[in-house]
Amino acid sequence: MKTRDLMELAGRNLREAMLRNSLTTLGIAVGVASLVAMLSLGIGLQKLVMGRLQSSGLFDRVYVTPRPIGGSLSGRGGGGRGGRGRVQQSEDVATPGLPPQLQPPMKPLTSAVRKQLAAMPNIVAVFPELRFTADLRYGGTGHVTSASSVPFDARGTGQFDNVTGSFFSGANANEAILHMDLAQQLADQGNFKPNDLIGQEVTIRYPQRKPVDAPPNQRPQDIVANGEFGQGFTIQSADVKVKVVGLVSGESAGPGGFGGARIMLPLELVERLNAVQGFDVREVVANPGETIYPSLTMLIDNPNHVQAVEDAVKQMGFGAFSLFDAARNLQLVFRVFDSFLLVFGSLALAVASLGIVNTLVMAILERRHEIGVLKALGAADRDVRQLFFTEAGVMGLVGGVLGVFLGWGIGQLINFGLNKWLVSQNLTPQKIWLVPLWLVAAAIVFSIAVSLAAGLYPASRAAKLDPVKALRYE
Amino acid sequence: MPDSQPNQPALRTADVTRHYLMGEATIRAVDGVTLEIARGEFVALLGSSGSGKSTLLNLLAGLDRPTSGSILAHGIDLAEMSGNELAKYRSLTVGMVFQSFNLLPRMTLEENVELPLRLAEVERGDRAGRVQEALKRVGLAARLAHRPAELSGGEQQRASLARALVNRPTILLADEPTGNLDSRTGEEIMNFIQQFNKDLGMTVIMVTHEARLAERYAARHFYLKDGKLSTNGAAQ
Repeated sequence: MKTRDLMELAGRNLREAMLRNSLTTLGIAVGVASLVAMLSLGIGLQKLVMGRLQSSGLFDRVYVTPRPIGGSLSGRGGGGRGGRGRVQQSEDVATPGLPPQLQPPMKPLTSAVRKQLAAMPNIVAVFPELRFTADLRYGGTGHVTSASSVPFDARGTGQFDNVTGSFFSGANANEAILHMDLAQQLADQGNFKPNDLIGQEVTIRYPQRKPVDAPPNQRPQDIVANGEFGQGFTIQSADVKVKVVGLVSGESAGPGGFGGARIMLPLELVERLNAVQGFDVREVVANPGETIYPSLTMLIDNPNHVQAVEDAVKQMGFGAFSLFDAARNLQLVFRVFDSFLLVFGSLALAVASLGIVNTLVMAILERRHEIGVLKALGAADRDVRQLFFTEAGVMGLVGGVLGVFLGWGIGQLINFGLNKWLVSQNLTPQKIWLVPLWLVAAAIVFSIAVSLAAGLYPASRAAKLDPVKALRYE
Repeated sequence: MPDSQPNQPALRTADVTRHYLMGEATIRAVDGVTLEIARGEFVALLGSSGSGKSTLLNLLAGLDRPTSGSILAHGIDLAEMSGNELAKYRSLTVGMVFQSFNLLPRMTLEENVELPLRLAEVERGDRAGRVQEALKRVGLAARLAHRPAELSGGEQQRASLARALVNRPTILLADEPTGNLDSRTGEEIMNFIQQFNKDLGMTVIMVTHEARLAERYAARHFYLKDGKLSTNGAAQ
């Protein structure tokens, strides 16, 4: 029989025993709904937790240091390849007793290296973290606190999704984002609301590094390495006026969270300010002749690429670390969790599939005579088998579609209730229920597959009916 | 298949048996039947209840397989056919009419008559015309949308004749076609069958226990008793 005829006959047969087939289909729908509900809970929770972790800035970053993590200060690993002779030599004259940040690096993170790292695939940005002590002056009073640079690309990482106001308008803008704690302190003193600060101009006083010209009288002890001179610099107080554009709350932990700084400024602005950095001291004794970063942060487009980038950076002879492993373990936990949800969700569908077997076996008894007539009129065993099979498949399809809607509805309802409760508890509403398109498709396909499997036995039993006996059956 | 071997008789059986096991006893429903029916013949299978005539008809229809012996339809042995080939034989070569009509009660007349066309995978566009033509031939063209329960017994049997006809088979097998009808309606049905035999050249094999009908319509009679032929198709 042709497919269209099969579908028409199956549809007609299903309509004939409407109540029974509807109940069976509803059973499948409930099974699919429980599966969809369970899995979408798992997926939603995973997405929520992973999203939170990602927006914390911990999982899409690789931290690069000049020497392999755990490598000895005077070790040779990695430093030999591609390192510049001048700096390489300085390794050999490492001064015992100096703190690590003053030790000459095995392979320095120069601006050339920064460019090289930025050119790697899947990299959104490579930036140093510049930090300095600043005095924020507003309304006649000052607040000494810490300031940190924020790369313009941080806008897309989710870290600033909850900013009150806006993110920086440009990479080089004279703008600042303040932490809510600081804004609150200023507001308390000036008797206004923290949000009133947005759009206001504040002055930031900071220690500026000013280069010193080459010493007029070269002393032999100034020659540090390779015949060069340590030049040194002076530090002086400088002011910059910036406009407050946004306020952030919460505590961003770890190296990616801007170190708990209370003032956040665009990276290019900070670089322009020339604020003094702890590692600048090294230049007093050894001038490398170009900018050297104590560490660089690589922003990766997707946490899945973190491992590859980390490995590549290590291959280049730098130290690299990320918190990706922790995220991977978490994903493993979610996989196990999802598997449990899948098993429990499938139980209902398994029970529903027994309903299909039952319904179709009943249909064989009822339609025995009809099967005999069909065979007498020229139906092959295959036609009868396909007819019953199609009926099972149609029940699976309809049940699957209904089930997806039902599961989605249950999810929405629970989400709605949960968020109502969260709001009543002064907590932020969350989307813990997520039904991705692939789950919709998979649930329907699974439902059809289970229904077809359930239809196997009844269909083959119907096909094997002896037409002579079936015709005699009234 | 009908024209594959035009010189062969419509049906020929050679020592056909059909035995059933009932407990430890063997029932010989058909026991060594040899007969030959030429193309375009109208024959009657007569016998009392349980004589094996319906079993023989089922064997000829390809609904059942013989325990031994051979059945050749247009020269081709049914016993050598696969299940699918046998289904095709039932679909295209033979048309069946039953005592109890066997129309599907949930379908309209049109759908009932269309069913063999669906099974034979006839193109959708050709079906309506063929259904109409078959129903017109039995005088039911105006009752397309009716369900069997809305028709009289005679009309139902006419519809089942239309269904047996729609695939244009060459052999019509009728199992007590007038058994559930009054004599006047039965006569009407028999006239239709006779018409098919004469006008369309269909070979008709009719099972009946009414000698009167057989005498009036069939050219040859086969009497069955305990599964054996007692009269081997003597011409009347």
